[in-house]
Amino acid sequence: METEKEKELLQLKEVTIRFAGDSGDGMQLTGTQFSETTALVGNDLNTLPDYPAEIRAPAGTIYGVSGFQLHFSSEDIFTPGDQPDVLVAMNPAALKKNLPELKKGGMIIVNSDSFDIKNLNLAHYESNPLEDGSLDGYQVYQVPISSLTANALEGVKLSPKEVARAKNFFALGLMYWLFNRPIDKTVQWIHEKFAKNPEYIEGNEKALRAGYNFGEMTELFTARYTVEPAKLPKGTYRSISGNEATALGFLAASVKSGLPLFLGSYPITPASEIIQYLSTYKNFGVKTFQAEDEIAGITTAIGASFAGNLAITSTSGPGLALKTEAIGLAVMTELPLVIIDVQRGGPSTGLPTKTEQADLLQAVCGRNGEAPVPVLAAATPSDCFNMAIEASRIAIKYMTPVILLTDGYIANGSEPWKIPHVNELPEIPVKFRTEKEGFYPYLRDENLARPWAIPGTPELEHRIGGLEKSDIYGNVSYDPDNHHKMVTLRAKKIKNIENDIPLLEVEGESSGELLVLGWGGTYGAIKEAVNKARAQGYKVSQAHFRYINPFPKNTEQVLKSFKKILIPEINLGQLAKLIKSEFLVDVQQFNVVRGLPLRVADIVDQIIKTLGGNNGK
Amino acid sequence: MANNVEVKEIKYTAKDFASDQEVRWCPGCGDYSILAQVQRTFPEIIDRPKEKIVWVSGIGCSSRFPYYMNTYGFHGIHGRAPAIATGVKLANPELSVWVASGDGDLLSIGGNHFIHACRKNIDLKILMFNNRIYGLTKGQYSPTSEKGKITKTTPYGSVDYPFNPPMLALGAEASFIARSIDRHPKHLQEMIRRAGLHKGTAFIEIFQNCNIFNDGAFALLTEKDTKDDHVLELVHGQPMIFGKNKDKGIKLDGLTPMVVDLTSGKYSKDDLWVHDEFDPNPARTAILAMFDETPGFPTPIGIFRQIIKETYDEGLFRQIEEVKKKKGEGDLEKILFSGNVWEVN
Repeated sequence: METEKEKELLQLKEVTIRFAGDSGDGMQLTGTQFSETTALVGNDLNTLPDYPAEIRAPAGTIYGVSGFQLHFSSEDIFTPGDQPDVLVAMNPAALKKNLPELKKGGMIIVNSDSFDIKNLNLAHYESNPLEDGSLDGYQVYQVPISSLTANALEGVKLSPKEVARAKNFFALGLMYWLFNRPIDKTVQWIHEKFAKNPEYIEGNEKALRAGYNFGEMTELFTARYTVEPAKLPKGTYRSISGNEATALGFLAASVKSGLPLFLGSYPITPASEIIQYLSTYKNFGVKTFQAEDEIAGITTAIGASFAGNLAITSTSGPGLALKTEAIGLAVMTELPLVIIDVQRGGPSTGLPTKTEQADLLQAVCGRNGEAPVPVLAAATPSDCFNMAIEASRIAIKYMTPVILLTDGYIANGSEPWKIPHVNELPEIPVKFRTEKEGFYPYLRDENLARPWAIPGTPELEHRIGGLEKSDIYGNVSYDPDNHHKMVTLRAKKIKNIENDIPLLEVEGESSGELLVLGWGGTYGAIKEAVNKARAQGYKVSQAHFRYINPFPKNTEQVLKSFKKILIPEINLGQLAKLIKSEFLVDVQQFNVVRGLPLRVADIVDQIIKTLGGNNGK
Repeated sequence: MANNVEVKEIKYTAKDFASDQEVRWCPGCGDYSILAQVQRTFPEIIDRPKEKIVWVSGIGCSSRFPYYMNTYGFHGIHGRAPAIATGVKLANPELSVWVASGDGDLLSIGGNHFIHACRKNIDLKILMFNNRIYGLTKGQYSPTSEKGKITKTTPYGSVDYPFNPPMLALGAEASFIARSIDRHPKHLQEMIRRAGLHKGTAFIEIFQNCNIFNDGAFALLTEKDTKDDHVLELVHGQPMIFGKNKDKGIKLDGLTPMVVDLTSGKYSKDDLWVHDEFDPNPARTAILAMFDETPGFPTPIGIFRQIIKETYDEGLFRQIEEVKKKKGEGDLEKILFSGNVWEVN
């Protein structure tokens, strides 16, 4: 092979890459940087960080492997990709763990320096897979990343340990070269991030450039690849994760309602980023209160709501369980409040860093007494922004706590987001009660909402609490008929919200053989699966819930327009249960609870199976 | 406060603070006295219009308190009053926020919120009605019940050690710690007044008689014949003297307190421990707090300790102003369009 030969540039429509290494190898950083650059290049993209719950599991072990998958394309995409085309494995454990998911014939780039006896043993390899032929059929590229990084960093004033740590930048540089991406955004990022450490800047930048140049110079690669920009609607974009979008959504709700934002929260994976982001917006008057526990997170928020702030609390499943009693208090006192549950694998501590949809019934039903609460679910990372505003709007308008469900996948995953202008966002009207004449704490308006009369308002002094209230007056009441009336009123208030939310939209034919029905973070996987099945000629439509309690008004009509209904969920059928009990329709379930997003191919299979082979074609 | 001038013109009476709700504690309950002392004291100490006062409570007999005060009120859930009150205060720092709680509510189910409110020095006034029993659930032992107490859940006597509330508050570094007694109205009024003037978490333990389930729990401290020999009234700048004939005193020998007889000729007032509310040394406050558990020592009432330090709400709003100064008033459009943005044409 001639080294001078210009390397071929092959055009691809889409690529899925998985970076994998030890949890200390900086794979999340590498993946995030590659995603940012890829977004700037103009590809559509979707990401899936997948890391262990241990911060630094023992090096070299399989359970210590941290991964970051991203899927980018010149066309619209909705998922992080079922199976990677390319696996970057920084050690044997990373190879072992991720190989089963790599596409047949896929590309493997390994750090060959790490394939020594010790690491092979830690990964439980009996022989070296780079030598024993077990990787035949894959395109394997052995790159001595550690030693090449060390050579490149010779003379830089860094300890050997610090030099070793720069190897992820070498890998990133190489991938930039291989997929024809510019390195300058990452160079700029290195300079900003390590502004106080000139040696780190030098070391990391050198490693990055060395990786890129290695691609150019080596004979190992004969071709490189490019993915053209996607044709996205005109506008200004940024790449955004669900947690950041959630934080920005509440910030926007605060601005649009004119209410100071109060967040009471206790750190919990994978929701902590919400309080972290919001704590940086102090100049908006945002108050983030890191509480002593989950219960204090929500009860401080209830206090803040009573006193007139836009009050929210963020958590994940176990935290939602702890907040249960207090949500009931907010139901009883009829105060606006948003509870964000970034769902993770359960039960109990479960799989803290993995995704799941198994808190739906907890959100809809999980309280003592008849305690109806509106439940909303964001469908994609950027949709978290919209749903945060919606949750705030509903909470304030109807004087009620609202639960907003997201999940670990959309919270940590990111996608390009067409940024809205502030003047395009809906206003959130707030009317505090100030007139004394005719004021009763539980006298309801046309939405059945009671007045929000906040402390500090002259002559409206009143007392509320968790004991049952008398209708209109709000005094403590044990009267049986009054209790029945109040239980009914609270239920009706929430049910009425169905008149104030969008109808359930059907993508594809509005009636027919099969409807695939989902909710929340599985939107992308279901959409891609339905698109694929339709492309193969199957008659299938999609509908996706973002409002679950109450359901959109036309839900029953949509359900009755299809012969079959398939409900894929990352739980054992919680939406299916609600649909069956509420609408008395038969549904087919597809449930996979692996702590990971649903695979498009699996849903396609289910669609075909449900249609019964060629039926519906 | 911005509206100082207006405030001076408002004259309230005790009646202005009574709500229209019928008080439903058991006849003879110590809570009546506490309510009366609060209503009597408020016209004098409240430095703002009464719509800026909020009473927050948890669950228990004491927690019905907000219903009887004609101010804003929030009757919360068990144990959570300090957290709810924290949210109220941080939402609007102009409010004067008061918590009514009991020994079970505040020290058992709500213990965590209590110590963290103290630790953060949130500007709350916390009145803990300590009757050493669970009243509303009809007579189970509480975290302040004495060891060996026979109750419905401890038919053979409790084997628990009780909490020492001032000691607990001290451990959490509360900035104001006091104790008073329901049957000592003048003293209780004074403690409420002083708590009201304090900035930061002010904790008052109020010994309160539950005449149904734990009658006479504090009889030694309240009955005419015994109280003078068993109660030590702490007064700032005054030597610690007690006894029917003011004939006993406390001397501090290093870190060891001793009860001395002032009539023996061996000790005079000049030898006694002079109470200093502002003593920064928590060790001496701890010694005071332990009297109650030490045979032969009187039970101190009064202000154990008061420390001036920045409150949480002051810190929070100071920081917001500092960040605004540094970064400028928040601009949502700018934030949305920040980071790595790109144009699609």
